Amino acid sequence: MTPETRMDRIAEHLTDTEVKGRSLWLDAARRFMRNKAAVAAVVALVAVVAFVLIGPLFARFSNEEIDWALMGDVAGQGQPSLATGHFFGLDELGRDMYSRVIQATGTSLIVGVIGAFVSVVIGTLYGAVAGYLGGRTDNLMMRAVDILLAVPSMFVIILLLVMFGRSFYMLFVGIGLVSWLEMSRIVRGQTLSLRGREFIEAARASGVGPMTIILRHIVPNLLGVVVVYASLLVPQIILTESFISFLGLGVQEPATSLGALISAGAATITYGTVWQLAFPLVFFLITIVSMFFIGDGLRDALDPKDR
Amino acid sequence: MALVEARDLTVTFQTGDGPVAAVKGVSFDIEAGECLGIVGESGSGKSQTMMAAMGLLARNGRASGSFRFDGRDLLSLPASEAGRIRGADVSMIFQDPLTALTPHLTVGQQLGEVLAHHKGLKGSEARQISLDWLDRVRISDAARRFAQYPHELSGGMRQRVMIAMAMLCSPRLLIADEPTTALDVTVQAEILDLMAGLQRETGTAIALITHDMGVVARMCDRIQVMRHGQYVEQGSATEIFAAPREAYTRQLIDAMPRIDRIRTDAARDPARADGGGADIRGAQILDVKDVKVHFPIKLQQGLFGRKVDLKAVDGVSFDLRAGETLGIVGESGCGKSTLARAVLQLIPPTDGSVAWLGRDLTAMDAKALKDSRRDLQIVFQDPLASLDPRMTIAQSIAEPLKTFQPQLTRSERRAKVLAMMDRVGLPATMQNRYPHELSGGQNQRVGIARAMINTPKLIVCDEAVSALDVSIQAQVLDLLRELQAEFGMAMLFISHDLAVVREISHRILVLYLGRVVEFADRDRIYETPLHPYTRALISAVPIPDPGLERARTRLRLPGELPSPLTPGAQLRFLPSRRGDAGYLPRLSEVAPGHFVAEHDSLETILAQ
Repeated sequence: MTPETRMDRIAEHLTDTEVKGRSLWLDAARRFMRNKAAVAAVVALVAVVAFVLIGPLFARFSNEEIDWALMGDVAGQGQPSLATGHFFGLDELGRDMYSRVIQATGTSLIVGVIGAFVSVVIGTLYGAVAGYLGGRTDNLMMRAVDILLAVPSMFVIILLLVMFGRSFYMLFVGIGLVSWLEMSRIVRGQTLSLRGREFIEAARASGVGPMTIILRHIVPNLLGVVVVYASLLVPQIILTESFISFLGLGVQEPATSLGALISAGAATITYGTVWQLAFPLVFFLITIVSMFFIGDGLRDALDPKDR
Repeated sequence: MALVEARDLTVTFQTGDGPVAAVKGVSFDIEAGECLGIVGESGSGKSQTMMAAMGLLARNGRASGSFRFDGRDLLSLPASEAGRIRGADVSMIFQDPLTALTPHLTVGQQLGEVLAHHKGLKGSEARQISLDWLDRVRISDAARRFAQYPHELSGGMRQRVMIAMAMLCSPRLLIADEPTTALDVTVQAEILDLMAGLQRETGTAIALITHDMGVVARMCDRIQVMRHGQYVEQGSATEIFAAPREAYTRQLIDAMPRIDRIRTDAARDPARADGGGADIRGAQILDVKDVKVHFPIKLQQGLFGRKVDLKAVDGVSFDLRAGETLGIVGESGCGKSTLARAVLQLIPPTDGSVAWLGRDLTAMDAKALKDSRRDLQIVFQDPLASLDPRMTIAQSIAEPLKTFQPQLTRSERRAKVLAMMDRVGLPATMQNRYPHELSGGQNQRVGIARAMINTPKLIVCDEAVSALDVSIQAQVLDLLRELQAEFGMAMLFISHDLAVVREISHRILVLYLGRVVEFADRDRIYETPLHPYTRALISAVPIPDPGLERARTRLRLPGELPSPLTPGAQLRFLPSRRGDAGYLPRLSEVAPGHFVAEHDSLETILAQ
């Protein structure tokens, strides 16, 4: 057969069978956009992030500055008001709640995003290695995870904070230590099903080493699952951090987080200073709820069964 | 009046890319008691025509036109009334008998459901009718099967249950959608015989949807050829096979590999000028000696279970010379894919040696083995699954280059990939496409390009064309043959399809339950097969020629293909040695280069 006839045949084949291709990611994006709740959640989350970034430009007071003039009567004059410049009112020490909420939201988001990122990286690599190598190595690695999962995670974090002192750094270590465990299990399960696929066998047959196969073939094919899980992990970590801060073990003054603010607001609610609880709580809820919606939307959009 | 009169039947699907017409206004008749064959390649709309009639279209599908069964239009009848006809007067069997049966209901319950729904029969009466039908579809030991679940039955057995279920209410039309595509050839032959017998006995008309011209030649009275949602040709089976009017029909018939001779255009192919005989005798490059692959299987027996070795490959030896193609055939579960993987060291063999260019692969360390892999490549069955979905096809093809020639610059690598893409017939414009954007045939070309990029000395084709349509299959076979002529690599061609293997191989190895039963030159094995199993396999393959096909006598072996775990399974062809536990049939050389496993005479085996 001459090359010309071959090309003709291919050309003919192309014209009659080719359907315009769609990428998996574009398809997923389209499905995601159709999910109203998820899109609204993205808008809400973007608004929160924008508030954290641009909000300080409008603040009249910094988050550390105490308004001595109003400090004496926080319950009376410290309420939210445009006239005094305290848009969200004052906290019990006379500091500007507006700036405090911005600072707290930022902290919580950073803790959530960095914590999730660290645990996703560790969990994905650990799970992919265990799942791909299989056999005794897999057994050993996963039993270790099982043992760690059996220890109550909150207990571990609190213990760490008490033993090594309360610091931002320790908080990351504590949260990071426990949150990658589930991730690694999910990734291992997915890897097991990928490992049997022919394209992995094809790579092995062409002499590609195990580590390269994991990084080049397995991890990219896990991205869908990982993205979904990560988007659900962020709010979970924010919740954990908030709970610890609520207990008074989290970030330390003058730094603050939404959990710490809510805790303080809840303590003073009996004096009628509702705003001290209401503002951080509203931001907390918007962040968490919108992240859950985004995670849900991503899961639906990337679900291979829907394809 | 014909039993079925379909007029201007159209099926349209609403998709994200706009409406797609799967069936574009087809009209046909089915007379009572006849067998109509609807043939065409995948995506031609042949199944959707019948799905529309059965009300089984996917949710985004819409049918218009009319499908009059016995004068009543199934498409416009109210759902409840159409439902009474469907299942009772018109029934359907599907390609995959495992997914078509409900896994958590016993065979008896599923049969009973049909009777209860359509005839209001229950209890012992229903049981009697069900058992009767299980007998009629020749299921041995029907009473025991009655209480079993689908997964406990073999593929052929499940398809028999499907047929029994479809026949329970004595339908006047049976729609069979690729009923034997998923089955082994010997089982296919039995199922087709069964269907033909039922058609004769009960006068049920059959609409047989298939892509296999051989099956059509065996079964059908009349044929409709379908392409792109339209009927391009129709006529009686003899007419169409003898003198097809449309070029497309001609193509379909010609592309079909034949067990009785080499395809006409393949014989003319210059690459095949050597005649495909025994005259290719390069240096020996591969020497496989007594390879065994055993998998430990845990049986649920007693308190702790018991470990048993599943002997997937049990002592296979063969050699391969440069530029030679060795065909490995056998039915599913005979260990042919496991053998290939053992040769490539993708599954470590339990025992035996694989000498590649004189060095034993099984004894090599990881580094040496990796270097050898450059010359040992594999092409897989499922073209889509064998490509990483997140890589463009150019990246996939380049991967072996990155491993074995890391010194290449990016542009050198790209040039090599493009040259290879052109060689396998993929236009350069496709290099940034993803596998799911390509057709099956194109993806298989990518798989071949990836295997060929380092110009290896051996390519293993594991059912490399089995998942493709016949015309694409013929093109890929041509491509492999051209590449072999050009690069001189040896091939291990594994397939369950004896006709395909005949076309491409120089020598052929027949496997049965992990052991060689016959090994000889191609023409010798097809013209004078000696082992009863080989003879049964060859005689079971349908020939796309109604005259020849219907005149053939078929060699039918008693019983089903046993599992390798069945005691005495190896002695199926040597019943005289049954008393000897653990005896294995020996290979002997009956003529130069023609090895046959020990077996009893055909009469003794058939008399079992």
